[in-house]
Amino acid sequence: MTVTFFTLIVCSISALAGFLGALTGLGGGVIVVPALTLALGVDMKYAIGASLVSVIATSSGAAAAYVREGFSNIRIGMFLEIATTIGAVVGAYIAGHVSTHILAIIFGLVLIQSAYQSVARGALESVLPVASDRLGKLLRLGGSYPVRGVEKEYGVCNVPAGFGLMFGAGALSGLLGIGSGAVKVIAMDRAMRIPFKVSTTTSNFMIGVTAAASAGVYLSRGYIEPRIAMPVMLGVLAGAFAGSKVLVHARVRTLRIVFAVVIFALAVEMILNGVMGRV
Amino acid sequence: MDDNRLENVIGNLLRTGVLIAAAVVFTGGVAYLFQHHHEYVHYQTFVAGGDDMRTVPGIVQSAFHLNSAGIIQLGLLLLIATPVARVVMAIAGFALERDRLYVVVSTIVLAVLLFSLMHAT
Repeated sequence: MTVTFFTLIVCSISALAGFLGALTGLGGGVIVVPALTLALGVDMKYAIGASLVSVIATSSGAAAAYVREGFSNIRIGMFLEIATTIGAVVGAYIAGHVSTHILAIIFGLVLIQSAYQSVARGALESVLPVASDRLGKLLRLGGSYPVRGVEKEYGVCNVPAGFGLMFGAGALSGLLGIGSGAVKVIAMDRAMRIPFKVSTTTSNFMIGVTAAASAGVYLSRGYIEPRIAMPVMLGVLAGAFAGSKVLVHARVRTLRIVFAVVIFALAVEMILNGVMGRV
Repeated sequence: MDDNRLENVIGNLLRTGVLIAAAVVFTGGVAYLFQHHHEYVHYQTFVAGGDDMRTVPGIVQSAFHLNSAGIIQLGLLLLIATPVARVVMAIAGFALERDRLYVVVSTIVLAVLLFSLMHAT
């Protein structure tokens, strides 16, 4: 494969991944890594390095837009980033000591989980707690967010459980070069009982900082190969930008199901290749 | 400065950082394609590159020698720096709000980020 062909095809796949990732909220990493390894035969270490870079780009690039909507909570984000960044460093260390077959299998399992979660979501907003529990109060994690123009207060509970899950989310992010937004949302939405809108936007805000925590380790190991990361970063960024522009018009539900099916298929392929030692 | 203003400032800073990083990566990418478009790629087996692509001083030096891959890598380095800058801004913001607890929280996060980046020096 020539440099020109490789760069163009990687850039196109990444643009598509960024576009679909922005529309469905699943991020681009879940498509980029399987596409690079399965379709183009790129070593998984290069793939997760390039994916990690694109994760930082989309998270930081979209932050301004999310902030304007008034949903994200900087205190919740910053406090939980202690867990995700430490987890990310641990995950990045582990990534250097396990074979790519194992990485591929874990990646596949995480993909199946996020595909399932993206179609089977929906917390009961009506039963959300209004007051924080003791630790939530102590850390002043509660806040308010706009519901049809009116500011609605919310409380934060089960901080230790959420913190533990966030460590896991960070470790997966460092291990696989993905944003692991799905696990972050579980931690906030299910465990800490934070409203779904606040969870997803705060999660997006956290993804960039989490990824930056593994980036130093990745860089020093040589996982971030500029010739591969260049088309991935530019492609995902362009795709995500386009995706955020059409977000309001698209039929997200249908799209999410289609995307989940695609991701499920990639997951199975990834696991099979890992088991047979081809990745 | 309240939380919302603080987040707005940080959000805009992040977007600017990403745009600058993307412009540098794009510039390096164009130069790389111009010089190497006819060559063949071999990424099937992982080979760790030299210090010029793996350490901050090495990357800066090769970018200043106008090495195209070095310019791309410098752009990626700028990108990695944007979330770090975000945390630094948050520390400053919380300090202005006289929120000691969250100055400490943000400082711990910054320390973890710097610990990771120290690997690449």
